[in-house]
Amino acid sequence: MSRLGFMWANLFRRPVRTWLTLVSVMIAFLLFVLLRTVSHSFSEGGGFGEPGIDRLMVSPKYSIIDPLPISALQQIAGVDGVLAVTHGDWFGGVYQDRANFFPKYPVKPIPHFEMYSEYLIDPQHLEAFANTRTGAVAPLAMAVKYGWKVGDKIPIEGDIWAKKDGSRNWEFDLVGTYAAPEDQQQPGVFLLNYAYFDEARDFGEGTVGWFTVRIADTERAAEIANAIDALFTNSLNPTRTMTEAEQARQFMQQIGDIELMMTGILAAVFFTILLLTGNTMAQALRERVPELAVLKTIGFSDGAVAALVLGEALLLCAVGALLGTALAIGAAVVIGPGMEEAMGVFEVSGSTAASALGLSALLGLVVGAVPSFTAQRLSIVDALRKQ
Amino acid sequence: MTVVSCKGVEKTFIKGRESVEVLAGINLEIEEGDFLALMGPSGSGKTTLLNLIGGLDHPSAGSVVVGGQPLAEMSAKQLAKWRSANVGFIFQFYNLLPVLSAQRNVELPLLLTALSSKQRQANAAAALQIVGLADRAKHKPGELSGGQQQRVAIARAIVADPGLLVCDEPTGDLDRDTADEILKLLETLNGEYGKTIIMVTHDPKAAEHAAQVLRMDKGLLVENAA
Ligand SMILES: Nc1ncnc2c1ncn2[C@@H]1O[C@H](COP(=O)(O)OP(=O)(O)O)[C@@H](O)[C@H]1O
Ligand SMILES: [Mg+2]
Repeated sequence: MSRLGFMWANLFRRPVRTWLTLVSVMIAFLLFVLLRTVSHSFSEGGGFGEPGIDRLMVSPKYSIIDPLPISALQQIAGVDGVLAVTHGDWFGGVYQDRANFFPKYPVKPIPHFEMYSEYLIDPQHLEAFANTRTGAVAPLAMAVKYGWKVGDKIPIEGDIWAKKDGSRNWEFDLVGTYAAPEDQQQPGVFLLNYAYFDEARDFGEGTVGWFTVRIADTERAAEIANAIDALFTNSLNPTRTMTEAEQARQFMQQIGDIELMMTGILAAVFFTILLLTGNTMAQALRERVPELAVLKTIGFSDGAVAALVLGEALLLCAVGALLGTALAIGAAVVIGPGMEEAMGVFEVSGSTAASALGLSALLGLVVGAVPSFTAQRLSIVDALRKQ
Repeated sequence: MTVVSCKGVEKTFIKGRESVEVLAGINLEIEEGDFLALMGPSGSGKTTLLNLIGGLDHPSAGSVVVGGQPLAEMSAKQLAKWRSANVGFIFQFYNLLPVLSAQRNVELPLLLTALSSKQRQANAAAALQIVGLADRAKHKPGELSGGQQQRVAIARAIVADPGLLVCDEPTGDLDRDTADEILKLLETLNGEYGKTIIMVTHDPKAAEHAAQVLRMDKGLLVENAA
């Protein structure tokens, strides 16, 4: 028996109580690691790529799922200071399995790649994309991930969109791939031909999800955005226009709100755990007063007994944290791939695991401090008399 | 050689404004290899005296010297270390740790030594052998009878090979036959292993096993019968 073994044995004086405490500590740390990983991946990898400072997004004012009429494109193009306009839409849909979650946008091929010139595509691939009704292009990394080759047929089951014949089985011909900027971490977008999509879908013809606008003078971004929105203020489809940078900023703001909420949840959870574990340790200590006196009698110093009691609290918290972190890592492996679309790489980072262990040490110290101090001060003679 | 020497030992407990004089001047010498029984009415100060000799508490006046070592000169930490090497304690209610097996209870004092894990286990097994409980090594205290638990406690008291055993009513919770077995074991430890033993007891039959009987009353040694 080692000292560690002795501490472990002491923890299990009341196995049910210890297991319950251990499980609650474990769940608290599972939550901690998962929430930390969520906010980590939100702020690190997820969301939008590098925003173009000379691009504006024109979205429906009230809900991103409202459609905008494609006829608005001409009006927007006419606004002073606008150089070019393209559009995009949400296709949704599932490739083989729900876990294969990547965005799919119907676009006009040539204007799209002119607008997003940071994405590089072989001119021959672009031409094939423009000229193939059922054509599609994918980011190189996505094609590699799913093992697609140019010429493959990519079946997508429509969830938002059905075809005019009622079928939801869309099929696209992969006619090319394109390269995303090097620093981009999101999985990228599967692009399909808007012309084919618009003609084949069973409703919503002539509408788009959003417009992207390139402006000549970034200093005038706010003014141009206002001018665009003014065009549609009293129409059936009012818009909301902002720079991609502003959109990214708002997105980060939301992440900030989410992080604040998560911090609140975690604080509440850990406060509860603190009370629960603290109570367990205090109760265990009261039951053991005579035993601790015996330890001192047979030669354990005050410091050694205090260290023993503190060590037990640390051990309990550390084991709970290890189990919780292990569980979170396992959960991330299982659910991570499905979440990557929404928030980039979903993987428990070393620093998150390390902060879980650090937090468990802190928890152990706080929970163990008072019992340990009590144990240190315990007088042998008094404790044995009260037996 | 004198193992225990108490000179003018007094002990007064202070409770709020009241002070209770529990030991009123004890002079006592115990020679190496003695087996001494300490008798006397409840509340006469027997446990208090035992605690002073075992280095668990300090006298209010007078000196306690054990094995040539004046206990007053040691810090709490030094005293703890000294106890672990020099005194074995045996209590009325055994005071084993319920979460540990017999073997591990016996091994416990050795955690304070520099012995290797293997050596600790070997010594604990040897101590259990001496008290005749080798076959119960894996049992927890809750799975043992009172007499068996007291044997484990005795094994724990001797495992670090101290010269002095202090026993506070070691048979107070046991039936006659079991008590006799425990007392015979103490006799063996005294006779064969040379342990000096001080045993507090209420039981005149128990005292018969000792070589010497002292009586206490109201904090004083009152009579010295052989
Ligand atoms: N720590 C203490 N504080 C206050 N009073 C004590 C303390 N220890 C012992 N006493 C008192 O001292 C007297 C003798 O106690 P004790 O030595 O335990 O007697 P015995 O063991 O002979 O029955 C009792 O009256 C007891 O109440
Ligand atoms: Mg007593």
